[in-house]
Amino acid sequence: MSEEQIKSLEADFDARIVRDEKIEPKDWMPEKYRKTHIRQISQHAHSEIVGMLPEGNWITRAPSLRRKVALLAKVQDEAGHGLYLYSACETLGISRDELYEQLHSRKAKYSSIFNYPTVTWADMGAIGWLVDGAAIINQVPLCSTSYGPYARAMVRVCKEESFHQRQGFEIMHKLCNGTPEQKEMAQDALNRWWWPSLMMLGPTDAESVHTEQSMKWKLKRKTNDELRQQFIDQTVPQADILGLKIPDADLKWNEETGHYDFGEIQWDEFWQVVKGHGPCNKERLNARKKAWERGAWVRDAAMAHAEKQSNKKIGKVV
Amino acid sequence: MKKNWPLWEVFVRSKNGLEHRHFGSLHAADEEMALENARDVYTRRNEGVSIWVVESKHITASNPENNGELFEPAQDKVYRHPTFYDLPDDVKHM
Repeated sequence: MSEEQIKSLEADFDARIVRDEKIEPKDWMPEKYRKTHIRQISQHAHSEIVGMLPEGNWITRAPSLRRKVALLAKVQDEAGHGLYLYSACETLGISRDELYEQLHSRKAKYSSIFNYPTVTWADMGAIGWLVDGAAIINQVPLCSTSYGPYARAMVRVCKEESFHQRQGFEIMHKLCNGTPEQKEMAQDALNRWWWPSLMMLGPTDAESVHTEQSMKWKLKRKTNDELRQQFIDQTVPQADILGLKIPDADLKWNEETGHYDFGEIQWDEFWQVVKGHGPCNKERLNARKKAWERGAWVRDAAMAHAEKQSNKKIGKVV
Repeated sequence: MKKNWPLWEVFVRSKNGLEHRHFGSLHAADEEMALENARDVYTRRNEGVSIWVVESKHITASNPENNGELFEPAQDKVYRHPTFYDLPDDVKHM
């Protein structure tokens, strides 16, 4: 294709996005659009898959059957969400195997938040309340993103995610109305998860290299800073209901802006975790790789069984 | 040699009276596993009463580049719509 033809295709493509038309897998798209979407959707899928690990840690130790079934259902949803997203990503012409390979070789990233440890039961509450809360804020605008398969997957994800946050808040609420030790445990979890949750919404707009292009493609509908402010504004009153204190001395309501002002985020920590030096990066990736490698014989056996059955059906002798 | 599980497309009827609708795709070794996986992945909350799975390679799709010759001919056939026909105002039930 000549450069001129590509330019004209690109202009048509941009116009379709401006008109809010959806892009579907077989439509022509700029190479950069395809690559950016593979990067973002796969990163999102990997986050769902790795995100099961910190919670899996507590399934066998959930304090009651009610908590256990809820946590199991939540973790199962996360597996499902990972699968919706991997399928959406594969429509862009990358195989599932390549996607896994990118995760296992650290070429692809996943959300930095899952590299923090889950040391008490209250962490299950804090993750549901804060981490899923931040995820929902991030994900709701994606339901109307320009790439059809991604938008459809996000609609399903968002519908299912709201129970995740509510079960987390309920855990926190119960602890906050329990013994002083239980309340202290809830406060400790909030102290540890608050800042990583704010960081999870991504670098500041000034530092974010992808924001401008992604806004244009409607792959992003609000900037990281806007999403972060929204998260803080809606979470602070929830902490008040719990009777917990947000670990930020500079946090205060600003009558003029109608938003909360908040303290400085330690971005050095964020970049350290992103680069692989968080408390659990190695542990998470090793657990993931181990599960994949140890499952290899099951995948091979299933394939061999399927071939045998289909040969039987067509009466082929092997 | 390593063989990957093939890709399947999943269609779900959400309740009797409605058609099966495309829900997404998944990987499975054979049709039985595809059905079971589809149950777990796409109907965890009573989303369906019937599932179809079909291996993706068996679907033939039209190419959007040919949309012009495929779909444009229908655009100038307004006489296929009831509003094309002029009727006196006092005609009822038509």
